[in-house]
Amino acid sequence: MNAVLKPSPQDDVIQVRNLVNRFGTQTVHEHLDLDVRRGEILGVVGGSGTGKSVLLRSIVGLRRPTSGQVHVFGQDLLSLPPEKRSQLERRFGVLFQNGALFSSLNIVENVAMPLIEHGGLTRPDAQTLAGVKLALAGLPAGAETKYPSELSGGMVKRAALARSLALDPEILFLDEPTAGLDPISAAAFDQLILTLRDALGLTVFLVTHDLDTLYTICDRVAVLSQKKVLVVGPLDEVAQYNDPWVQSYFHGPRGRAAEEAHEVK
Amino acid sequence: MATGSAQLDATLTPPRLRVAGDWTLAHYATLEKVVATTKALLSDSTAIDLSALGALDTAGASLLVNLLGAARLGDLATAEPTLPTAQRALLQTIGLAMADYQRPKPVRRQNSATEVLARIGGTMEHVWHQQRRLLGFIGLTLETLARTIVQPRSWRVTSLVAHVEQTGLDAVPIVALLTFMVGAVVAFLGSTVLADFGATIYTVDLVAFSFLREFGVLLTAILLAGRTASAFTAQIGSMKANEEIDAIRALGLDPMELLVLPRVLAMLASLPMLTFLAMMSGLVGGALVCALVLDIPPVMFVGLVKSDIGVRHFLVGIVKAPIFAFLIAVIGCLEGFKVSGSAESVGEHTTSAVVQSIFVVILLDAVAALFYMEMGW
Repeated sequence: MNAVLKPSPQDDVIQVRNLVNRFGTQTVHEHLDLDVRRGEILGVVGGSGTGKSVLLRSIVGLRRPTSGQVHVFGQDLLSLPPEKRSQLERRFGVLFQNGALFSSLNIVENVAMPLIEHGGLTRPDAQTLAGVKLALAGLPAGAETKYPSELSGGMVKRAALARSLALDPEILFLDEPTAGLDPISAAAFDQLILTLRDALGLTVFLVTHDLDTLYTICDRVAVLSQKKVLVVGPLDEVAQYNDPWVQSYFHGPRGRAAEEAHEVK
Repeated sequence: MATGSAQLDATLTPPRLRVAGDWTLAHYATLEKVVATTKALLSDSTAIDLSALGALDTAGASLLVNLLGAARLGDLATAEPTLPTAQRALLQTIGLAMADYQRPKPVRRQNSATEVLARIGGTMEHVWHQQRRLLGFIGLTLETLARTIVQPRSWRVTSLVAHVEQTGLDAVPIVALLTFMVGAVVAFLGSTVLADFGATIYTVDLVAFSFLREFGVLLTAILLAGRTASAFTAQIGSMKANEEIDAIRALGLDPMELLVLPRVLAMLASLPMLTFLAMMSGLVGGALVCALVLDIPPVMFVGLVKSDIGVRHFLVGIVKAPIFAFLIAVIGCLEGFKVSGSAESVGEHTTSAVVQSIFVVILLDAVAALFYMEMGW
């Protein structure tokens, strides 16, 4: 399993090579290649069903690809012994599409759990720090002791973000983070990601449909289409790419509005 | 990678606090102690020096905010020339976030004696409330049944058949095997005890009486309470947690008609049939032991059952089956509807459904036994 990869440049924290994902007879990814550089915010876009979430799951090691290689920090997660794998997994945070908060724990306990398990903090310390993370994610005071089922969708998103940030990860995987947030919160969310990236040197892998987010915070954009990464690069270049889907995505009514809004700023 | 520190130099005027090293999650416990001891010594006039600050993450930043206060740290972060932009931004962000954040007040614990009393009262009220709710749900089920039965259009035949398969047909092997073994055990017991009186022939009566009147229906009902009531609760409960029940209501449909009726009717159809099977299987188990141990051939066994046991014994046994079936199904469904959001709640109510339905089955069986005895049936 070591022949294909060329010696990786230091700054690629995620390398995906020749990734193939099949569900039965349906092929989602066919020889997909993608690199994510250290410290960048990479936006991944694509139509519904183009396998954005499947790609994310393959990278974080939740899904064994049909074939191909995925290296995170230069290592293949799926071939590592459990102990090493767990150590590596602590270095990234994942925000799932629907939050995936533990329904039997309240919000503070949800965020404190990784701090207690991996950070080695005592319960009171962990809960205090969890409160800070929740405040950082913009959760209003008083929501800490509620259970996930008692929260609105947007609040679940923020709590889930706080949990994914609990251990100050190096790579943050976000699956549609701003979906279901009101525009003000979504904008604040974008700023928060930017701040954290600058302050902590985060690498962010961002699956999104939100054009404003793409224009505001993404360094590079990867378009998933036709079972592979069609084009990847800075937004301006990607937007010029000659492909019907890309054109209608970036130059449709919503794309234009987002672009204009960004230029005005 | 030096552990972070905060040293107060009191020799200078004004005193000077030097914050140095790495303020990160890995050093949280040490740093927290430093913060606790240093905070008391600080005054507004203390000068703060952040120039030797190493790595900083959100955990460290939150401790610094604790130490210096959000407002002061904000001023410092802008004033301090040597601070990297990234750290400055982080300190400001955390400071802003923590300014809004108030530590939740710990809930005051009450006096333990009053607490015990309050809990007893709460539990009693809960039990009373649950019973009322069960009665209400039974009424609602009957009402829906009465309403639907005259409208063949709203009969859910596919769903009913599917549930009969799941609760009835799929349970045949386990019910048959279990009652067969219990039948054999009862026959063994009979042969041992009755041998002392030279009355081993009455083993046949013992097996037949016990299975027709009690064991056939009781064993089947308990088995289905464990097997099916739990399934109903888990199915309806996870639908509830997933807002599917709300979706059914929002579509203008009736969850009682769509979910509860097919399950209750399937149970009403399955349990009597399984009970009959259980009776037969138990008799076969008993007959086998009689043939092998007591030299009572199966032909003689059947003859004795025919001559000694009236058909009323079968009837008083099987008549309990539909009542048990109805209660098991209704309790299973109702517990499903009580589930609230969490995975834990699904587990809790599934347990509760099984416990309640087994309890109700045994209680009713005891009442029925008393009643039959008084009536001389």
